[in-house]
Amino acid sequence: MLDTYLDYNATAPLRDGVRRAMIDAMGPPANPSSVHGYGQRARLMVEDARASIARRVGSMPEEIIFTSGGTEANAMALRQPCSAMAISGIEHAAVLESAPSAHHLPVDAAGVVDLTALDDWLGQQPRGAGVAIMAANNETGVIQPMAEIAGITARHGAWLHCDAVQGLGKMPLDFSTMGVSSLALSGHKIGGPTGVGALVLKEGMPAHPLSRGGGQEKNRRPGTENLIGIIGFGVAAMLADPEVFEAHCRPLQQQLEHRLGVEAPDAVIFGQAARRLANTTSIAMPGRLAETQVMALDLAGVAISAGAACSSGKVRSSHVLEAMGAGDLAASAIRISSGWDTTANDIDRLAEAWLRLYKQGSSFNPID
Amino acid sequence: MTARANHPQGLNSLGFDAAPEDTRVVVAMSGGVDSSVTAALLKEEGYDVVGITLQLYDHGEAIRAKGACCAGADIHDARVVAGRLGIRHFVLDYESRFQQQVMDDFADSYLRGETPIPCVRCNQTVKFTDLLATARDLGAQCLATGHYVRRDVKDGRATLLRGIDDTKDQSYFLFATTPDQLDYLRFPLGGMDKDETREHARRFGLSIAEKPDSQDICFVPNGRYGDVVRRLRPGAVEKGEIIYHDGTVLGQHDGVIDYTIGQRKGLGIGGIKDRDETEGPLYVIGINPEKHQVVVGERAMLACHSILINEVNWLGGDAAPDESGDESGDAADDAHLNTPKEGRRVLARLRNTAPAMPARITGWPDAAGGVAEITLDEPQFGIAAGQAAALYDADDPDLLLGGGWIVAAPTGVAS
Repeated sequence: MLDTYLDYNATAPLRDGVRRAMIDAMGPPANPSSVHGYGQRARLMVEDARASIARRVGSMPEEIIFTSGGTEANAMALRQPCSAMAISGIEHAAVLESAPSAHHLPVDAAGVVDLTALDDWLGQQPRGAGVAIMAANNETGVIQPMAEIAGITARHGAWLHCDAVQGLGKMPLDFSTMGVSSLALSGHKIGGPTGVGALVLKEGMPAHPLSRGGGQEKNRRPGTENLIGIIGFGVAAMLADPEVFEAHCRPLQQQLEHRLGVEAPDAVIFGQAARRLANTTSIAMPGRLAETQVMALDLAGVAISAGAACSSGKVRSSHVLEAMGAGDLAASAIRISSGWDTTANDIDRLAEAWLRLYKQGSSFNPID
Repeated sequence: MTARANHPQGLNSLGFDAAPEDTRVVVAMSGGVDSSVTAALLKEEGYDVVGITLQLYDHGEAIRAKGACCAGADIHDARVVAGRLGIRHFVLDYESRFQQQVMDDFADSYLRGETPIPCVRCNQTVKFTDLLATARDLGAQCLATGHYVRRDVKDGRATLLRGIDDTKDQSYFLFATTPDQLDYLRFPLGGMDKDETREHARRFGLSIAEKPDSQDICFVPNGRYGDVVRRLRPGAVEKGEIIYHDGTVLGQHDGVIDYTIGQRKGLGIGGIKDRDETEGPLYVIGINPEKHQVVVGERAMLACHSILINEVNWLGGDAAPDESGDESGDAADDAHLNTPKEGRRVLARLRNTAPAMPARITGWPDAAGGVAEITLDEPQFGIAAGQAAALYDADDPDLLLGGGWIVAAPTGVAS
């Protein structure tokens, strides 16, 4: 039996259409900057992809700058000059580590950024501050009120960057009306390949690339374009319709949370009081370490995750849940994230394996 | 496979009445040759093998390299081996457990003037308590390690024997293994020598086949344990005097933690006026942590006739030499009392590399593992508190009976 994959927020399976488009494009020499016919054909494919992504996020095509992924897009955005910077305490490491001295804005127990705190902080800063807040959280799926946040930053003359890596394809995004200066996007979370992403940057704002070199991407990001990746990203963006995603995943989320809520009454689901992505459930099994749950479920053929794993595979306790005031429960929380290939059967399989562990006693003594 | 201990007919090589593929075994994988081969052999036999590697401390911090990954090369090696073998593998974050149960104890023991063995504490707590519980949680029937010891089941009771390879035997480090833990543990390498293990590693094409054996304590990568203690307990290490046993001050030291009972080299002291040099070199014969004093003297002053041990662990059941005949009824229950018979003859190993010496054990450890006295037939030299006394059967020197932590090794010289 094939494993049940419920870790879409980590990465999604490659979409069939994406794979076909990439395979079709592989082979011929294709440097989009070349003057000859090969180059011109490659250029066309890059621009088709750019247009596809621009349509998905409601931007102009020329506002899309292709990058190596979400991490680079975030890093570029946060190099924008500012008088002071604030980020929410629940940002992804790509933002946290790119803004090491930034002020951390608190979130409430549901995981939503405290707007009053944002307003107060900006009120104490000179104009020209920078703010970075994610569209939706990778661990809890909690959606941030970007329109209200943008209203506040605009009033204080601050720029606003939004890490939309988890939002893309899972919730509507309209760059032209969001009031943000930039968006970070990633290809592999929506069924594209890894190694490609984009920074959507408001027309007229200068780009701050991480490396120096050629004049690709209108002098905004040097290096020969990752053509095959960009083609895949373009097709994936075309397929990533948030309405379809919502319609498919929301009932599965309700099915899961209802069942676990009834059969494991002391389990805690994080962010339930807030608007959440349709595919994400962060749930704590009190008294059981997250890593034990991840291992037991994996051995039962169900792939989920906990916290943010570092390259060693070691699971760290979640800074997101800690910021939400989850306390000890943070160490017991796992993340379940579904996608377009998830079935009701997958959800049942997860629920049964999780409940088996829940009902089986443990001799393990959580120490910290 | 010659590697396996004897097992009754009908049972698989791990001792279960099930097909190997229906027997889940967790292998504690350190990234070294021994545990890698353990996993490979079990996988080859068809077991449902799950590898687990423990992240015990921040490697980047231990080697004091800024920006270095928290995981050392060993964890990387374990992941690569597991991937090559096609087994599931997980890395568990035991940093805070290891800190609390092993490193803190290590530092405090040194500050008390002792010479601790953190590897035993690690086996006792992190590996055979916490990891073992996790293995049970994962539905494993047993936990296998790459230790060079043998496990044999006699009359329904698991016993622990020295490894076949005398130079690699690790039974000393496992004296604290309880009967319950031993029931669950398996040591597939106990019947092999190191060359055989490396031969298997090459046969399996493992990248770590030629990896050198680890020599140091894992969290003390360069052997400078004093640096580690100073980092763990800043300000707790104080300078003091090195004195001759008659009170003559011979020099200064930077902390008693840098000295071990029986140490001869690197004392950093000159000669003593009027001392008869034919009496031989000077040794550390005592450490007084309260006065921050290191006491030196002649080798004869290290002679120790009896030691006290605590936290006594007893694997030997009720099998006292003078009790022959079948165990039945109450006698069988006594096997679980974990108490040796008063005055029982044993062989005591007081250092991993030292031979086991004839001795008697007296005093009745209580259920919680109390204090016992080991009286040595011949005096031993340079016994340090904090080390372990591993006890073996007088009639079967391979059979580990248990042991305890040395809390006192009086030499007749006040320290």
